[in-house]
Amino acid sequence: MEAAEVEAAVAVVDLAETPLRELNQRLHQLARVPGPAHWRVLNPNGAHAVACGLDVDVQVEIDGHVGYYCAGMNKRATVRVHGNASTGLAENMMSGTVVIEGNASQSAGATGHGGLLVVHGDASARCGISMKGIDIVVRGSVGHLSGFMAQTGRLVVCGDAGEALGDSIYEARLYVRGSVAGLGADCVEKPLREKHRAELAGLLAAAGFRDVDPGDFRRYGSARELYNFKVDNASAY
Amino acid sequence: MCGIVGLFAKAAEIEESLGAHLALMLEQMSDRGPDSAGVAVYRNPAPAGSSKLALFSPDPLQDWDALAGELENAFDRSSEPEVRASHAVLVVEAEAPEAESWVRRIHPELRVMSAGRAIEIYKEVGRPEEFVRQFALGDFQGTHALGHTRMATESRVTTEGSHPFSTGHDLCLVHNGSLSNHNRLRESLRREGIEFQTENDTEVAAGYLARRLREGASLEEALEGCLEDLDGFYTFLVGTEDGFAVLRDPIACKPAVLAETDDWVAMASEWRSIATLPGAAEARSWEPVPGVVYAWERAKV
Repeated sequence: MEAAEVEAAVAVVDLAETPLRELNQRLHQLARVPGPAHWRVLNPNGAHAVACGLDVDVQVEIDGHVGYYCAGMNKRATVRVHGNASTGLAENMMSGTVVIEGNASQSAGATGHGGLLVVHGDASARCGISMKGIDIVVRGSVGHLSGFMAQTGRLVVCGDAGEALGDSIYEARLYVRGSVAGLGADCVEKPLREKHRAELAGLLAAAGFRDVDPGDFRRYGSARELYNFKVDNASAY
Repeated sequence: MCGIVGLFAKAAEIEESLGAHLALMLEQMSDRGPDSAGVAVYRNPAPAGSSKLALFSPDPLQDWDALAGELENAFDRSSEPEVRASHAVLVVEAEAPEAESWVRRIHPELRVMSAGRAIEIYKEVGRPEEFVRQFALGDFQGTHALGHTRMATESRVTTEGSHPFSTGHDLCLVHNGSLSNHNRLRESLRREGIEFQTENDTEVAAGYLARRLREGASLEEALEGCLEDLDGFYTFLVGTEDGFAVLRDPIACKPAVLAETDDWVAMASEWRSIATLPGAAEARSWEPVPGVVYAWERAKV
């Protein structure tokens, strides 16, 4: 086949037949040897680390539910899961796009440096924990301790947020449309200015949620009270 | 780590192949818990006035027929022992407390893994795949079952330290996590007459539930008490004669996924286990909310 034909073809990998390691190796090889631009993965059946560590402009569609660390460390690739994802989805993502059509379990987008993570359903506890630049847009709700120690990046929640949202947050920006069960230490509500509305509109459009009005959200961020040690607290140590 | 699975049959076909499904679910959790494995299967309820004992002997030459004879002398009637690897199940014409205390008194070298009408607990050290083979798990029919694969953190890898832990007649507990206040709680439960056979943290949680139930709490109330009185990480799966219940600690350190179809309800640490069930791809599935008790029971006949 000509190179152009190779890139146009869709590679189908059935994990009921092909070992997971072989799939990931073939995807990793694309960073060195050109291959299909579009991949379809069948029967993931909750396997861990599906499409993990990609570093190439490629589209990977996964039909079914995935296990831990799906699309972890993703760079450049677009990974779309037609199902739910377990713990550590898109953990430490650097760039690219990861889309989950169902729900995501705990620690989705944890420590992510960049790229866009879109969850069409709910995300669970600790969504965006220690995020470092990733953008996360959740159509549903997020669980407790979401945005814990979030350093930078944006977390958009179209539903509700659980307890201790943004606990010990640094400079990430959190937007929630629904209710917030409770704010964590040093996380406060901040005014939603025009520039934030514009930022939100951009994020919602990137996620494909054009029916959601950016004006309906509230913004949360750091009160910056924990940044420096306060001498008044010395007796506590 | 540890892995948990549970399967509750709503359809007759699932009851008929309960053990085969349980085996596949358990094997998927092998790398979460390669130290030991165990199951509680609820099946063939003993007739009124009788009870069922599941016993473990560390002696590979254990004479179970002789034991059945002794039980028959003591209680008029005992069934033929149904032997599976290091365990045997006997149906005795006596209420469970009476039968259990007889075994403890006369045969302290044996361990009562479970006592009740329908429950049968089997557990052993070694890889889950090996456990499935040794105990011929695929043979079992039954209404519901729980399973556990163990990666030990708090106590030794022994048969007795494996899960499920019996929490009373027809009750059992499997646990993924670790408890930090188990030593103090064990002492206070001992003072109230709860017996412990190991230094295991899960056994303390089992004893705690037994005490609460003895005091008249419902299963849901007893589980809700865990949120107050247990310190640590846990996803619990509790089996009863009629069903099972799930609870995660409020911080939700340990995973759990639930799924339901018209034919079954399943719980597992990970989707991998549930994916083995018929119709799993179309099942309604969700992650249990931390600190909330979920329970399924079949209607009593």
